[in-house]
Amino acid sequence: MKYELVSGFETHIELSTKTKIFCGCTTQFGGEPNTHCCPVCIGLPGTLPVLNREVVRYAIKAGLAVHGKIAEIAKMDRKNYCYPDLAKAYQISQLYAPLIIGGYIELSNGRRIRLHHIHIEEDAGKLIHRHGDTYVDYNRGGVPLIEIVSEPDIRSIDEAKEYVERLQQVMRWVGISDCKMQEGSMRCDVNISVRPQGSEAFGTRTEIKNMNSITNIARAMEYEYDRQVDLLESGGKVVQETLRFDDATGTTSSMRSKEDAHDYRYFRDPDLVTINVPRYEVEQLRAEMPELPDEKLERYTDDYGIPEKDAALLTKYRNISEYFDKAIEGVKSPKTVSNFIIGQIFRRVETEADKEVFAVATTPAQLNELVKLLDSGKIRNNLAKSTLEKMLDTGKSAADFISESDMGGLDDNALLELCKNAVAGNPKAVEDFKNGKAKAIKALVGNVMKNSRGKADAQAAEKKIIELINA
Amino acid sequence: MGTIAAIHEKLVSKQVSCTELTKAYLKEIENANGELNAYVCVTPDEALQTAAAVDKKIAAGEALGLLEGVPMTLKDNMSTKGIDTTCCSKILTGYKPIFDATVWELLKAQNAVMLGKTNMDEFAMGSSCENSCFGGAMNPFDVNHVAGGSSGGVASAVGGNIAAYGLGSDTGGSIRQPASFCGVVGLKPTYGAVSRYGLIAYASSLDQIGPITKSVEDASIVFDAIAKQDKRDSTSLGAVGGETYSKLTNDIKGMKIGIAREYLDGVRDDVKAAVLDAAKVYESLGAEIVYFDLPVLKFALPVYYIIACAEASSNLGRYDGIRYGYKTAHYTGTHDMICRTRSEGFGEEVKRRILLGTYVLSAGYYDAYYKKATDLRGTIIKAFNDAFAHCDVILAPTVPMTAFEKGHATSDPIETYLTDICTVPVNIAGLPGVSVPCGFNEKGVPIGMQLIGKSFGEATILNAAYQYQQAAPEKFTDTKWGVKL
Repeated sequence: MKYELVSGFETHIELSTKTKIFCGCTTQFGGEPNTHCCPVCIGLPGTLPVLNREVVRYAIKAGLAVHGKIAEIAKMDRKNYCYPDLAKAYQISQLYAPLIIGGYIELSNGRRIRLHHIHIEEDAGKLIHRHGDTYVDYNRGGVPLIEIVSEPDIRSIDEAKEYVERLQQVMRWVGISDCKMQEGSMRCDVNISVRPQGSEAFGTRTEIKNMNSITNIARAMEYEYDRQVDLLESGGKVVQETLRFDDATGTTSSMRSKEDAHDYRYFRDPDLVTINVPRYEVEQLRAEMPELPDEKLERYTDDYGIPEKDAALLTKYRNISEYFDKAIEGVKSPKTVSNFIIGQIFRRVETEADKEVFAVATTPAQLNELVKLLDSGKIRNNLAKSTLEKMLDTGKSAADFISESDMGGLDDNALLELCKNAVAGNPKAVEDFKNGKAKAIKALVGNVMKNSRGKADAQAAEKKIIELINA
Repeated sequence: MGTIAAIHEKLVSKQVSCTELTKAYLKEIENANGELNAYVCVTPDEALQTAAAVDKKIAAGEALGLLEGVPMTLKDNMSTKGIDTTCCSKILTGYKPIFDATVWELLKAQNAVMLGKTNMDEFAMGSSCENSCFGGAMNPFDVNHVAGGSSGGVASAVGGNIAAYGLGSDTGGSIRQPASFCGVVGLKPTYGAVSRYGLIAYASSLDQIGPITKSVEDASIVFDAIAKQDKRDSTSLGAVGGETYSKLTNDIKGMKIGIAREYLDGVRDDVKAAVLDAAKVYESLGAEIVYFDLPVLKFALPVYYIIACAEASSNLGRYDGIRYGYKTAHYTGTHDMICRTRSEGFGEEVKRRILLGTYVLSAGYYDAYYKKATDLRGTIIKAFNDAFAHCDVILAPTVPMTAFEKGHATSDPIETYLTDICTVPVNIAGLPGVSVPCGFNEKGVPIGMQLIGKSFGEATILNAAYQYQQAAPEKFTDTKWGVKL
């Protein structure tokens, strides 16, 4: 029997607000233990949380980025559980009235992974085990998080990977988080079950906690899919439980079963007032939203005729697409700009980290200038390409490398003259061509291009040469 | 009587220096505290330091604020920087906060002379003050009776003249009930009038700080000083109803004073008679007494105990021995350490309420208990709103009886819960209520009555209370203890 994978994700993303969600402490990563703390975020008796409104705005941006509905009224709840890194013994979160409802992430295969909701909450501190002792560092306690809860709409490991990549892309795009999985600013809990292909009913699911890289997500899901299928095939049953993934062995193991599941005793946090989200605030944030990667991709493919694969590369990071958008202003063929970026500039910006920053010596305006020279016929493609290399080396403009005499193109007389010279100077090639070797014409055109220093129009030259030979 | 006004007068007329006065209070604490057990921590150095600063101002001829140099106390659940703040619980043994509660910041800025921290039921849970890890505070009218709770220490100290006034906190009656037991005035402000920042939480949606004083004027003065909006408390709104002091003398002719029949059900005869006598005093002052029904009152106690315990079970989760306070001596790992610390650190009543609260919030019980209680809370709020369409203030007993004898409350917790019946509705509805002395029982122990106002109607209830105090001064008698001015 063939089994289908069914998966839903709970993704925690740390928001990059300057200060914590309920106090004025910095959210900076790292720092000496317990130095980014105050009485509020270490939960000293008598302290009270005060909501950082910036967190609400960041979460609204996240919601708009995934086409979610922004609630008019949201509330904070307490999630009670006891662990030393949780200073108040409850996490302030949202259950009954989250800030964002619904939304979706669209995959390249056209499927939409629906989102159940997005809520805001505080992060916990961290335990540090050293020299046989356990220490607590509350620096991370109170750092704002959003939790993005998807519906169980993911049907393959590739979809899972793309879902996480898309989330990462769009959240970075709108500037609410750096989504660094290795630093823990993006973490996923993966719910996974299997069912016979064609079946409607869901199987029993397990939850793999705290995945911190896309590679491991794929490995863990692969292992867990196989494990569940093997269990069912051998007549066993999947037990609902929470699992951890062991990076070293590539296997999952049980953290706790359903019977031991926490009862979080959620209730409305009486210390925090209702969050009212006026519509004008949402509209203002919507107006400030950058064009989203999906929207850009559609514009690039539909309006500019850029192949989807290239458009995806241009829209992977906001800086690249913004560079592209500036460089295409007023040019005849945005596709040419795309080719320059993907063909030439990308060779100098190899890593993903560099691509995200996209610090390139040549400004988009300089590239724009170069492409416009090409558009006007003043220079030819070869010259443009070699010039771009020099520009990228030096940060200088096209004008610094192309002289007046290079520009202005060739008038018909000059072209005719060059073609005549080519025919006269290469009798063998002419002879070959006459004898039916069509390729021989290339050598003649090449000669014209060389002597025109790239200024000649190759097609026009070829036409002219054939006329001369046949005359 | 050692009221704020009387002390202020003595200070500005230089009849007594602030240092002399403070020393007199400190000496009387020494004399009386053995029997009253009002103070759990005395802070003579801080008190004398402030007194010296006040004396310097007097010597320099500077004007003195009403509260400046007046000796006072704080209930031990208000955070005081560098000074033990224990909630009278073993679990907070040795805890010295690193920040001041907002109310203390406000009073400190006015050179209030804090003599020390006062006794209370552990984490403000109780009605007799006997749930304190330091033993109960006693009634200055008769030390065989309790001072009441949970702010028993403040009421005992003020009644016993070893503080001119104090701040208590009221979650289900913890200011008004001990004030009533000790023959003093206790104001529970509207929820949100006074900042809770620095008040160690019992039940966050019900807790409110307020003054316990010797007179209605004093309650008004202190309320005006502490009712300020605070950015550190999102639920704080400040004195939305404006200041109260200038309105005390308003004529109450035509004021409609409502009596809900249900408030008199099950109330002991002497208490009922005293409250109805007070109603007659009001009639003689030109007020109109209107009787009405408030049937939702029967829900008040279960609603209160469900909501308060639920919030408490969450609020008290942080006491785990890791960061501050008591920690068990012997343990085998983190989980064991937390369990032992909490088992050893909390008293019986606190454990009882944590268990109750945990239960009502648990999966499968939430809807039947907590959700139903919060729904009924809405019903009670509405019923009070409707009642105030027909009257300006509600007159009721503060407690259905007078001060319990020593040891009586701890013997039957459920019976003791029932005695909160008259005070808890005000907390559930977030309304202001003031307890004022209105008589004595046959043993000479005080009886208190309660005036309940509309939301942010402190000025109205204090006005009504003041008019009563002027008309019936004999109800406001002093005890043998403490500083005599």
